[in-house]
Amino acid sequence: MLVLGWELAARTGLLAAEKLPAPSDVLATGWRLSRDGTLGIHLLDSLTRAGAGLLIGGLLALVLGTVAGLLRLGDDLVDPPVQMARMLPHLGLVPLLIIWVGIGESLKISLVALGAFFPIYFNTYAGIRDIDERLVEAARTCGLGQAARLRHVVLPGALPSLFLGLRLAIGAAWLSLVVGEQVNAQTGIGFLMMEAREFSQTDVVVLGLLVYALLGLISDLALRVLERRMLTWRRGLRAT
Amino acid sequence: MASRTAGHLSSTAPVLSAQAVRRAFGPTVVLAGVDLTIARGEVVALLGGSGSGKSTLLRILAGLDREASGMSVVHGTAAVVFQEHRLLPWKRVAENVGLGLTGADGPGRIRRALAEVGLAERHRAWPAELSGGQAQRVAVARALVREPDLLLLDEPFGALDALTRLRMQILLRRLRAEHGFAALLVTHDVEEALLLADRILLLDEGRIAAELPVDLGPTRTPDDPAFGALRRHLLDRLGVPTT
Repeated sequence: MLVLGWELAARTGLLAAEKLPAPSDVLATGWRLSRDGTLGIHLLDSLTRAGAGLLIGGLLALVLGTVAGLLRLGDDLVDPPVQMARMLPHLGLVPLLIIWVGIGESLKISLVALGAFFPIYFNTYAGIRDIDERLVEAARTCGLGQAARLRHVVLPGALPSLFLGLRLAIGAAWLSLVVGEQVNAQTGIGFLMMEAREFSQTDVVVLGLLVYALLGLISDLALRVLERRMLTWRRGLRAT
Repeated sequence: MASRTAGHLSSTAPVLSAQAVRRAFGPTVVLAGVDLTIARGEVVALLGGSGSGKSTLLRILAGLDREASGMSVVHGTAAVVFQEHRLLPWKRVAENVGLGLTGADGPGRIRRALAEVGLAERHRAWPAELSGGQAQRVAVARALVREPDLLLLDEPFGALDALTRLRMQILLRRLRAEHGFAALLVTHDVEEALLLADRILLLDEGRIAAELPVDLGPTRTPDDPAFGALRRHLLDRLGVPTT
């Protein structure tokens, strides 16, 4: 309905084409750009940045969150600085990051990594801390050693929380990417949009937004499917 | 706290011996030196009001409390059943029973243990799908599958409804007759203690205040006049008026 109204408004001239083009024009532009491979190249570059940033930030967060969650020493050493750093909006670090890592590819990846780090760190930490101490005790009376308790109790117990962190991290990754790709990028969806703005190609700008939305939607959906498969036990009550 | 598990078994040695077990939480002394021995195959009930330290004592004997002082030795293997079932929600029933199980024929032993508590057909269920009584039976199976010489039971039926509790008491009596394990049953339920135990210990103010053998035979019921007399005596000791 909304799209239909939008189409009608654009067709009748109620909406000026340079302000907001008709959805059919946006789709046509999308088709044109994917035919000549432009969209594919930019999309791939954006995805690579998001993937690399998520991997680096996520792994770091997982390791530090686990150390802080499991060990008292780790909690004392790691958690206070992370809590302080959390107060900084990470996108505000762009000027500092430009000085540190330049304006190249590492800037975009650092921004994504920073955005992904905090949600995963906090949810790993909280996931481990929320595990019922009584379950750990019961596992001990069953003769499980430290490593086995980590594998059978701590990891599965923290998994729901980890999934939540990952979903938030992916959202933060796309957000960081939008900002990062507007700083001296030569490729990427963000660059495509910035370039189109220069030439007042509103259809390409709207297409870029559409791609961002779709990327967010698809990644969230994929994660939900994965979550449903790995956390069947939580649906146990509904399954019967 | 010297807590250890001795590997060697001899038929005459007690399955559990504890001496001068003390535990304080800050200035509050919960256990003020408890001595306790349990013979092979003997079921001992530990009775006491809430806050008398009976669960604390059981945790110490199970090796779950490192801050206590004193000595406790289990000759053989011990398994614990807690008041809550404490099953891992992310493992199916059979996996929960087999948690940490070593040795040959794991699946067969798990199947037999589940059959003994009447839940053979629920081996694929998630803990969240079980009723309270069923979950507690799985917890009993998880203890049984280890073929323990000593079963430590911390108010194992305290969270169940009255009917389920009666069924569980009968089940435990049957399992004990079949396996001959010794047990320490922590409870605040006088009838439960009288139904299941060979000997009752009263814990009061951090010490064993009284010891009472229960000579009621294996097929005891609360209708037995001797049962009633013992029950009145115990309630008296616990400070509960019976008239």
